[in-house]
Amino acid sequence: MSDITNGIVQAIDLIITLDPEVMQIAVLSLYISLSATIIAALIAIPAGALIHFNDFSGKRAVIILIQTLYSVPTVVVGLVLYLLISKSGPLGFIGLLFTPQGMILGQTVLIIPIMIGLVISALRGIDRGISDTLVSLGATQFQMIIEIVREARFAILSAVVLGFGRAIAEVGVAMMIGGNIRDHTRVLTTAITLETGMGNFALSIALGIILLVIALIVVVILNLITSALSSDMQQIAGGGPHG
Amino acid sequence: MKKNVYIGITATLIAVLFVSALIAGCTSTPSKPAAVTTTAPAAATESAQSTLVIATTTSLYDTGLLDYLQPMFEKQYNVQLKITSQGTGKAIELAKNGDADVLLVHSPTQELAFMKDGYGLNRRSFASNSFLIVGPESDPAGIKDMTPEAAVTTLLVKGTNKTAGIAFISRGDNSGTHSAEKTVWKNAGYNYTAQVQKSGVWYVEAGKGMGETLQMASEKNAYVLTDEGTYLAYKKDLKLTPLVSKGASLLNIYSVMTVYNDKQPVEKIQMANNFINFLISKDTQAEIGKFGVEKYGKALFIPMTVEVPTAKEGWVGDYSTPATAVAPATATAPATAATTA
Repeated sequence: MSDITNGIVQAIDLIITLDPEVMQIAVLSLYISLSATIIAALIAIPAGALIHFNDFSGKRAVIILIQTLYSVPTVVVGLVLYLLISKSGPLGFIGLLFTPQGMILGQTVLIIPIMIGLVISALRGIDRGISDTLVSLGATQFQMIIEIVREARFAILSAVVLGFGRAIAEVGVAMMIGGNIRDHTRVLTTAITLETGMGNFALSIALGIILLVIALIVVVILNLITSALSSDMQQIAGGGPHG
Repeated sequence: MKKNVYIGITATLIAVLFVSALIAGCTSTPSKPAAVTTTAPAAATESAQSTLVIATTTSLYDTGLLDYLQPMFEKQYNVQLKITSQGTGKAIELAKNGDADVLLVHSPTQELAFMKDGYGLNRRSFASNSFLIVGPESDPAGIKDMTPEAAVTTLLVKGTNKTAGIAFISRGDNSGTHSAEKTVWKNAGYNYTAQVQKSGVWYVEAGKGMGETLQMASEKNAYVLTDEGTYLAYKKDLKLTPLVSKGASLLNIYSVMTVYNDKQPVEKIQMANNFINFLISKDTQAEIGKFGVEKYGKALFIPMTVEVPTAKEGWVGDYSTPATAVAPATATAPATAATTA
């Protein structure tokens, strides 16, 4: 019990004093996971829309495959990528191993399936009734898609937030690809693993709290962006030349 | 239907453009977060300064010794050390794949195999200490101050007899510490896989790190073999006391070697040799001998300059000859490739 209370006290202390090492680790965690989330979102949202708005043979199989990949263990993603980017692997010449860029790549690969899958679900949840209504009102295909995406924005936001959550909370890729190198690839989760291994439980709890504080800030900002975007989109959809 | 496809293609194109723009931006952004921190100079000059990747085991890294020695070496040689601590097995795999320049472990049998297969050069031992058998204060098996062999024999006999309160937790993960445990069983005359591993519920394989294994043993009032550093770090949270600490088979020898393969640039090999020579130098040995006194009240390592342990032939590596080899003595073609590189 005392470790938990000590952890809370220590977390507050580390945040107030802006401990340089902890700040560096926190900033790096945020940089890596946010980059991975943005890249993954830029791939997953269009890809999800592409799969949802098109009918093709094997669509169901593709969706099942994507949903299966939700379960891929982080260590397996890390291991497969390690074997690819190791010096003795096929992509070793790029030199991504033990770099933040390698970790971004790994986390992007890790969260893309879950984002695509949830984007598809989000669009599907909206599409049913609304598309017919929109078409009957004379909306163009483009206006219809924009309107559906706008209606689904909060569900799509959930997909992005969940992707970010999985990225910043994972240890497997960060450890296998990053290597937990001090001042270089040490992020909050690998630091927590390390400090727990060294018996510094209170510090581990403190780092966990800092991770949650970062997540809180990111989620609030993402929510604000979504609200702002939705009003912009309304203008695009409403003010189109064919409207 | 056609419209759908058209829209899909446009969406994909936009996505590709976005991603390529982001990736292009990516290469310049890493300096941004670093600039905020105090470590900016190290990160910024990274490309100019050479780096040396050291693969080591968690139990050694967790003692903090390498973090303590790191700035001294970096200053002396103007190089950036990148220390990654992994399980023993993975650390060795990293070295074999050429992803690390230096291997620093404590598992003589695995080290000797690594050297024999031609993956390493200049193996040197730089410190030692003892593994401990720790257990509940009440010591229900009565193994206190026995030899390690007699202690494990007693535990096995009483454990398989289902004597109340006798349990042993093993790392069960092929780590350096697990290898040490297997050596004790072997020296006590048991076949590990046939007579120990499947001998009953008293023998538990945790498959976890040392700290977690110690906690598990503490929760279950069980016996466990541990390295001293991790035990001392965890001591305050454990209901475990050291019972057996003397005996040749509890010897824990730390060794370092240069990673060799024909693609490894000779400058890296020389820098790795510098690191080995730094570790066995008189000054560093003195630092190793002092390390841990402040925090734990006793030194965690015995440097080779203080005491050279007696162990099985070959287990203690050379500890005084400077590391100079940049290629295996027997190799011909790869050696010339490496020296001309």
